[in-house]
Amino acid sequence: MAPKILARNDKLRLLKQMLQIRAFEDKVFELLARDLLKGASHAYVGEEAIAVGACAAIGLEDYITSTHRGHGHCLARGADLKLMMAELCGKATGYCRGRGGSMHIADVKAGNLGATGIVGSNIPVATGAGLALQMKKKKSVCLCFFGDGAANTGAFHESLNLAGLWKLPVVYICENNLYGMSVSVERALAVKNVADRASAYNMPGKIVDGMKVLEVYEAVSEAVERARRGEGPTLLECKAYRFRGHSRGDSRKYRTREEEEHWRARDPIEQFKKHLLEEGALTEEEFSALEKEVGEETSAAERFALQESPDPSPDDLYDDVYVDYEQGNTRLRRKS
Amino acid sequence: MPEIFYWEAIRDALREEMLRDERVFVMGEDVAIYGGAYGATRGLYEEFGEERVKDTPISEAAIIGAAAGAAMCGLRPVAEIMYIDFITLGMDQLVNIVAKNRYMFGGKTTVPMVIRTQGGAGRGIAAHHSQSLETWFVHLPGVLIATPATPYDAKGLLKTAIRDDNPVLFIEHKMLYRTTGEVPEGDYALPLGQAKVTRPGSDVTVVSYSRMANRSLEAAEVVAAEGIDAEVIDLRSLRPLDIESVLESVKKTGHLVLVSEGYKNANALCEVAFRVNEFGFDYLDGPMLRVCAADVPVPMSPVLEEAAVPSVESIAGGIRQALAD
Ligand SMILES: Cc1ncc(C[n+]2csc(CCOP(=O)(O)OP(=O)(O)O)c2C)c(N)n1
Ligand SMILES: [Mg+2]
Repeated sequence: MAPKILARNDKLRLLKQMLQIRAFEDKVFELLARDLLKGASHAYVGEEAIAVGACAAIGLEDYITSTHRGHGHCLARGADLKLMMAELCGKATGYCRGRGGSMHIADVKAGNLGATGIVGSNIPVATGAGLALQMKKKKSVCLCFFGDGAANTGAFHESLNLAGLWKLPVVYICENNLYGMSVSVERALAVKNVADRASAYNMPGKIVDGMKVLEVYEAVSEAVERARRGEGPTLLECKAYRFRGHSRGDSRKYRTREEEEHWRARDPIEQFKKHLLEEGALTEEEFSALEKEVGEETSAAERFALQESPDPSPDDLYDDVYVDYEQGNTRLRRKS
Repeated sequence: MPEIFYWEAIRDALREEMLRDERVFVMGEDVAIYGGAYGATRGLYEEFGEERVKDTPISEAAIIGAAAGAAMCGLRPVAEIMYIDFITLGMDQLVNIVAKNRYMFGGKTTVPMVIRTQGGAGRGIAAHHSQSLETWFVHLPGVLIATPATPYDAKGLLKTAIRDDNPVLFIEHKMLYRTTGEVPEGDYALPLGQAKVTRPGSDVTVVSYSRMANRSLEAAEVVAAEGIDAEVIDLRSLRPLDIESVLESVKKTGHLVLVSEGYKNANALCEVAFRVNEFGFDYLDGPMLRVCAADVPVPMSPVLEEAAVPSVESIAGGIRQALAD
């Protein structure tokens, strides 16, 4: 099946999402540096094309699972920058009421089954989402994002085997940014490509240029169609690069500045912008306007999180551990 | 005596043991080039090379299980699990292999390995990076558990752990790496199972370990201003458990407060309480009391996070309450 052609408006939406992710991450970095935001933050800068291209290939009835580097997935699924920033700042107004923060960010209502702090731990969850969709005879799919490092966990291998065996409607999207923290794929992977592993689980495996949003979109669309037809899962390996350190405070001594330059020259936003300019779908003026708009949204998100949002109340500490139970003075009891 | 960081104490213990015994080696995620997520293996890769300082893929089951295999075949691995939250991924290996092999094979094998890991809240990094799971392992025969609160204890206990022929789970605390303390130069080892009275007192005994042992000391100073003289005991290891030191103290004070960053429900220190009940009931002048973490996943919000684990104030409150009843 030929890939769907995106209309100009859709392409501009993708560009805007990529800019939003970039601006959001820049803002997060700034707030961390100014000590206005606490905790870990794994930036998606450099990898924007993957989440944006992939999420453009699915609809509202579909699911995604995310990772510790999850801001991009959340945003690409249409999340509100304000509620995301509030969550990162641990505010009561955030998507997870300030309980989750950066590593557990999710707009669950948008079909995002969540980010996770445990590498690889959402690969089985995505597999289970696929199982539910199959059992409920839905045509929907689940996109499962994970890193190259996660491809070395037991969860990866067990899940892909199960999905291959049961022909589950899951698209496994490996975001190969060449490193799992400080360890390069050459030092962590026994094979050359993560995609090479697909054959072991009886599913197609494909390498995709993860710096090109339209290429990601096309590859994911194809895999999604296959899953919707009931033909089972696909493993896509998007080769990309994280421009920043693993998290703040990473001195990046495990990679060279030349390598960084090489990849920065392939910036996914710059590439897409150039493509759109050449295609005549975008002018420099429109691009500047878009950047300005995104900048304002980001500032509004910062204001909302830091100035307009309350901290959660410690009185609510025990809320939501269970459904229908409350923590009494002496024991857990069913709410009457 | 020189003052060094907690992370340096650990690094020094590893380095000195690697120099002393060529069977000792280090493996784990980001332990080599990066020097460990909290820096505790910094410099080891440069000094000992890839042969003895190994970066692994993100494969906790393989890290723990391979350490066990290597230990059974004559080496003395020190495996690092970056966060105790991730030990869950190697749980089968730890619970069913590491802890049981010696016994199951009739005492004919040994598994002389150390799993270094760290836990605890304080950084706003939420439910998957802030847990205190030591209680789970207290329930498990076959492993020893060290929980150092100071650089001095960290170095001395780690040396013992490496030299011990039993598997040792060595649980550090992420908020302690950048704390300092006096550490003597040169070799020393501290026995596992020997608690330390870190503040003598006569009114009430406060028993804790790891970071909460330090907070308990601070709380003791708070109540001292109110005329309460608390004796603070740092257990330093949870297995073996030095119950004698606790009993001796309770005999003197008549009151016991237990402080742990682990969940309240079935906390490891409930075992201390029960043993005091068994062997020191007559010493007690009032009910024993615990100050533990709330039974909730550790929330990210700094406000909630602080409310979820014992604070100096809540420990001081516990001490007052123990004496008020
Ligand atoms: C099970 C587990 N082991 C280790 C870690 C620590 N850790 C967090 S992210 C990370 C690297 C993950 O690499 P990858 O899957 O490639 O994702 P990336 O960070 O490159 O996006 C590591 C080792 C963790 N969170 N969970
Ligand atoms: Mg990676």
